Amino acid sequence: MAEIKLSHLRHSYLPNPSGPDDYALKEIDLTWRDGGAYALLGPSGCGKSTLLNIISGLLAPSEGKVFFGEQDVTTLAPNERNIAQVFQFPVIYDTMTVRQNLTFPLKNRGVDEATIARRVSEIAEMLEVTEMLDTRAAGLSPDNKQKISMGRGLVRDDVNVVMFDEPLTVIDPHLKWKLRSKLKELHQRVQATMIYVTHDQTEALTFADEVVVMQDGVVVQIGTPVELFERPQHTFVGHFIGSPGMNVLPCDLKGDRAIFEGYDITLEGPLTARDGAPQIGIRPEYISVTSTGLPATVTKVADVGRHFVIDAIVGNTKLKAVSEHTAPDAGSSVHLTFKPDQTRVYRDGWIATEARK
Amino acid sequence: MRTENQKAWFFVLPVLFLVAFNALLPMMTVVNYSVQETFGNNQFFWEGLDWFEQILRSERFQAALGRQFLFTGIILAIEVPLGIIIALSMPRKGFWVPVCLVLMALPMLIPWNVVGAMWNIFALPKIGMLGYFMNDVLGIHYDMTQDPLAAWITIIVMDVWHWTSLVVLLCYAGLVSIPDAYYQAAKIDAASPWSVFRYIQLPKIKTVLTIAILLRFMDSFNIYTEPFVLTGGGPGNSTTLLSIDLVKIALGQFDLGPAAAMSLIYFAITLAVSWVFYVVMTKDDQ
Repeated sequence: MAEIKLSHLRHSYLPNPSGPDDYALKEIDLTWRDGGAYALLGPSGCGKSTLLNIISGLLAPSEGKVFFGEQDVTTLAPNERNIAQVFQFPVIYDTMTVRQNLTFPLKNRGVDEATIARRVSEIAEMLEVTEMLDTRAAGLSPDNKQKISMGRGLVRDDVNVVMFDEPLTVIDPHLKWKLRSKLKELHQRVQATMIYVTHDQTEALTFADEVVVMQDGVVVQIGTPVELFERPQHTFVGHFIGSPGMNVLPCDLKGDRAIFEGYDITLEGPLTARDGAPQIGIRPEYISVTSTGLPATVTKVADVGRHFVIDAIVGNTKLKAVSEHTAPDAGSSVHLTFKPDQTRVYRDGWIATEARK
Repeated sequence: MRTENQKAWFFVLPVLFLVAFNALLPMMTVVNYSVQETFGNNQFFWEGLDWFEQILRSERFQAALGRQFLFTGIILAIEVPLGIIIALSMPRKGFWVPVCLVLMALPMLIPWNVVGAMWNIFALPKIGMLGYFMNDVLGIHYDMTQDPLAAWITIIVMDVWHWTSLVVLLCYAGLVSIPDAYYQAAKIDAASPWSVFRYIQLPKIKTVLTIAILLRFMDSFNIYTEPFVLTGGGPGNSTTLLSIDLVKIALGQFDLGPAAAMSLIYFAITLAVSWVFYVVMTKDDQ
């Protein structure tokens, strides 16, 4: 067990990358605390699986190094790194029984019979698969198969990190929730570092203590689920996390003030030195329908159960607002107010305001 | 509302006619011949099951059947492991994949009698390249026209050359369909190459391998053209396999009754062995 450090990691699938666009991963520096539960969140093709495969050793990075504790493992094979990986669809050995599946990684490492028996029964109990230990693994349901492939990683008590590569893709929706809470529980019991790769924000936010959000091979923000929601460092994070995502509105800057559709908008605090094209970022949750404020026309109201999602148009710009209890009718004219401490300016995508102390 | 009518039968009917004329009727003719004696002139005499008894008791049939099982057993024992090994060592991606596939498919594209003729010329002592090389360069006595052992080796090598590709291509198709994650998981589990073969590759190619073995069994058990052109069943009767013997009885001696009985026995054996093999191979899947 050790801390995992990625140092100046870059990877390209091309033999001779020429520009930044040829890199699937662009300069990653990251440290994963020992025993942490992490999620790697991003849309398909953002490089998260590439990063995962570099950590597990299935892929050698073009540049940079991977450290487990003090040891440089960049060139080590997967079996020399003491890692475990759970794949998108369950990988099990069809012809073996569940018990043989769980025993397999230990046997290959020459662990003695008594330890094997103890570990297997512990893990089987943890995963609640004890009663199927002697059935053939091929006949199990997908969620049980996925449990077994997790179990093959967890039986080894020396794993540095357990990695999950979108492990719930093939699981029925009603079992996803169950398996997800099982995972969380397992993390608390085994205390191993876990990295969970997904493009599903719910999975990431419920599993992880800390979420790493990636886009186009770059880490855009690392933070707790609350931080990602409350204070996105990049418009991508704001838009990707949350449903509906953050409103990103064009604006002009006049000194320290933001002008949106001709109206003065109060921001959370002073602008930073960053420059680039300015945009206002505000989550729909922080836009309220009030008696004064920005005049807007409601175009659509959707009742999603817990609240109403209001589509409105201010000047020529569309935006979304969320209202808890009541909602105006579509077509009506209303006034909107932005909550000042949640209204920020982003320049070229990156946050450009500071919170007022 | 679901409308029910019998129109679907019209779609099946043409196939039914075709099958009747190319399989069912000829087969029933054979059954007809197998229980009667004929001296020509369309005169038939009832014989009952006499022909069947005669064939089953005849040493000639038993010897040919023995040779047939020996031949099929040997070529399966060579072609199946060899085919798996070649399939495992073929590249999975890149420039060499189509090259390997075409080279592998090539022997199977050659007509059977051409294969026989090719190997005949190739293996003849003095004239053929192989025959000349063995006898005059290496100094090993090799004459498939005189020596039964040499004849057997030649037909077996010819069949391996001609048909191993079938096993290779089917196994290869099975192997490339295994997702990478299985190999990655095996690496992480520290599995040995043998374990990877035994627990991942073999189970995943089992279905196609079963089909490959079935096809090779049926084809080799019914083999006629290649050994007939190569050795004509000789020297003596040493390479007279079942089908060659059958043609000798039916067309050479014109003993239609015994030949028909033998055909049916031959068919029953092929069917029974294939069925038992298939049931045994697939019983785990239920």
